[in-house]
Amino acid sequence: MKLAAGFPSPAAVGSPKRAPVKFLDEYRNAGIARRLVAGIEREVRGHWVLMEICGGQTHTIMRYGLDELLPPNIELVHGPGCPVCVTPLETIDKALELAARPEVILVSYGDMLRVPGSAADLFTVKARGGDVRIVYSPAEALKIARQNPERKVVFLAVGFETTAPANAMAVWQARQENIGNFSVLASHVLVPPAIRALMTSPDCRVNGFIAPGHVCAVMGYQEYESLVRDFHIPIVVGGFEPVDLLEAVLMLVRQLEKGEARAENQYVRSVNYRGNLPAQRVVQEVFEIADQKWRGIGTIPASGLRIRDEYGDYDASRLFGLASITVEEPAECISAQVLQGLKKPTDCPAFGMRCTPQNPLGAPMVSSEGACAAYYNYRRHGKELGATK
Amino acid sequence: MCLAIPGKILSQDDLGFARTGRVDFGGIVRQVRLDFVPEAAPGDYVLVHVGFAIGKIDEEEAHRTYEALAELGALQDELPPEEGVN
Amino acid sequence: MDDNTNSLAQLTCPAPHPVKDTILLGHGSGGRLSAELMRSVFLPAFGNPVLDRLDDQAIVKVKDARLAFTTDSFVVKPLFFPGGDIGSLAVHGTVNDLAMGGATPLFLSVAFIIEEGLSIDLLRRVVDSLRAAAKNAGVQIVTGDTKVVEKGCGDQLFINTTGMGLVPDGLELSANRARPGDKVLLSGSIGEHGIAILAQREGLEFECPVQSDSAALHNLVAAMLRANTGNAIRVLRDPTRGGASSTLNEIAEQSRVGIQLQESAIPVREEVRGACEMLGLDPLYVANEGKLIAIVAPQQAEAVLNAMRSDPLGRKAQIIGTVVESPSPIVTIRTELGTSRCVDMLAGDQLPRIC
Repeated sequence: MKLAAGFPSPAAVGSPKRAPVKFLDEYRNAGIARRLVAGIEREVRGHWVLMEICGGQTHTIMRYGLDELLPPNIELVHGPGCPVCVTPLETIDKALELAARPEVILVSYGDMLRVPGSAADLFTVKARGGDVRIVYSPAEALKIARQNPERKVVFLAVGFETTAPANAMAVWQARQENIGNFSVLASHVLVPPAIRALMTSPDCRVNGFIAPGHVCAVMGYQEYESLVRDFHIPIVVGGFEPVDLLEAVLMLVRQLEKGEARAENQYVRSVNYRGNLPAQRVVQEVFEIADQKWRGIGTIPASGLRIRDEYGDYDASRLFGLASITVEEPAECISAQVLQGLKKPTDCPAFGMRCTPQNPLGAPMVSSEGACAAYYNYRRHGKELGATK
Repeated sequence: MCLAIPGKILSQDDLGFARTGRVDFGGIVRQVRLDFVPEAAPGDYVLVHVGFAIGKIDEEEAHRTYEALAELGALQDELPPEEGVN
Repeated sequence: MDDNTNSLAQLTCPAPHPVKDTILLGHGSGGRLSAELMRSVFLPAFGNPVLDRLDDQAIVKVKDARLAFTTDSFVVKPLFFPGGDIGSLAVHGTVNDLAMGGATPLFLSVAFIIEEGLSIDLLRRVVDSLRAAAKNAGVQIVTGDTKVVEKGCGDQLFINTTGMGLVPDGLELSANRARPGDKVLLSGSIGEHGIAILAQREGLEFECPVQSDSAALHNLVAAMLRANTGNAIRVLRDPTRGGASSTLNEIAEQSRVGIQLQESAIPVREEVRGACEMLGLDPLYVANEGKLIAIVAPQQAEAVLNAMRSDPLGRKAQIIGTVVESPSPIVTIRTELGTSRCVDMLAGDQLPRIC
């Protein structure tokens, strides 16, 4: 069944004529977006606070101004959806220490380079002579290890469940190929425990969640059944384009207006109930669930992944004997409240003044997908020119 | 961080335990690992994240739900306004 | 459960210490870090009324003539890329900086810093390209310099070009001249140079490879100046590293205005859009080497636009926005959904050694 027939061309809604990028452009269709908003306006009665927990979704909301389109009684708040922002300070400090060692090549995804540790960031270490390299894929990290047998390659593997399979595969493949100079400094965070922690906070005001679509492409959405049951709260898996997110909001509103609390899936083209089993299997092979510290929040039990003992040879933390550092993080900003959706970035007195992407005070300002950074980059004018709503 | 892009598989290779393929992202072709989508074949669309396909895109589902969306608009235009709607 | 509650209620937060004592790659990106370096190191040392205008070129009066004078260094990697090379880039970059001052480019100097071990054949290729670009642009290379550094102390080849040209009487162009009501004109599609370089570096395979748009813009500018009644063209700038967003933010900053853009009006080639999508880049932040932005008084905007479209390098020119009053300098863009967002200046670097 070919799709071309069913999709209105962008030209039909006033955009310049261009060939649509399949599975992306259709979901940016302004006409459909407006109709979804109209649908939401017709059906919403109560005041609802909806949270998404994915930097990518925060980014789309800010970039397209979806929160401006929605009626005022729907409040979109942003959770701790940026794995870069929530990577524990200890992990960054370990990465910085390793990167400074002459025998180490520290390999990382680009967005980790600006994350400040206790005294520096990877960009600075690179400027001082550390061998820090950016990769787009863990497969490239393995390639660097093969090409540099005399050096020790450490891959800073950070991410949600979306990235864990690729990171696990790198470790598994390193074992298969007997690559002895490769190891991984891992920091993985899991979404359902974060939702559970957020919901048990006494200040939590969230009425419904948009679950991260790409995490669910890997994990499915069966894990959310216990959450909707325990907290009587609807959860809808959403995609990443404006039409996806607006449709997810409509689905949540419909449930909320009827007092329902179910796990539903908006992102049907990419997500199914059980998720991607081969991907889950490699994660289970290499990693096990462990308690995890979330920068700006604290430790959430069973919310992270650590490398199993059987793969201990590939765990950089163990290999390099890096002692468990506990770093004192002074409380100066309202990160925790922003991450829980209790406050907006613009509520923070430091926002845009003492705290900017160039001089971040808190985790959500650090990464370009953090809520504060997204607000700063896309929405400062609201503060200066007056809100557009 | 959750950046995953849809692309179309053009060809595939089996390199022992690593299954790779050439995937077309709207005109740009890249090597992608297909280990997690054993059921996908050339011509299929996959969702790619950090160089790995993490799922096959269900074209039929996409078509069905998209048609429903397009109709949502059409239907709303036909309905008379509800009472009590502000 | 209690632990959870406690940990969430705690205000824990990192207070990082940004290290500001070394130069980072981002300082060369044309974005905020570059601007900060200017403000904190160079302007305090050299500041004078001409330099303080921070235009692409300096316009100085010598006897009765107005001379435009500019310099640019080229450290692009790789040396050769689809659509150009460091040689042609070195000519186009400086010619364009002169052209943005309304000057007819006349003379260039060229200085080479060569790493020991570079193939002479490769150097010849660069020089040939440089010569051809200069000839096409109608400029003479009248002086130069050569230095060689030890292997490992300079990456293959760096080039500096300095240019001189004459500015017609009465022409006033500067980044501080934009006024509310003025129109923002863009000469063509954006992001090509950056994507061409990145594709080469990252081994991105394109069905139709993206070519750098590196080109000399002085003829385009000359065509526009013929429609420049009453100095209606307020500002001319070529958006290079840092992308169109940096240039527009600079203009907003210098003129103390706001700029509102229309997303649907900004031309972007399909392949560039696709590459940006894949890499998570925004075309507004990707480098160009053959485009210009003009701020034009509203009554002359159409005439200038038509003049641009009459030149081969301006065929796809569009009006992409308007200058507005604003309490503080800010660039915003209206999306296809009708909502608005900021277009901030690039913080660090998206793509190092882009030009």
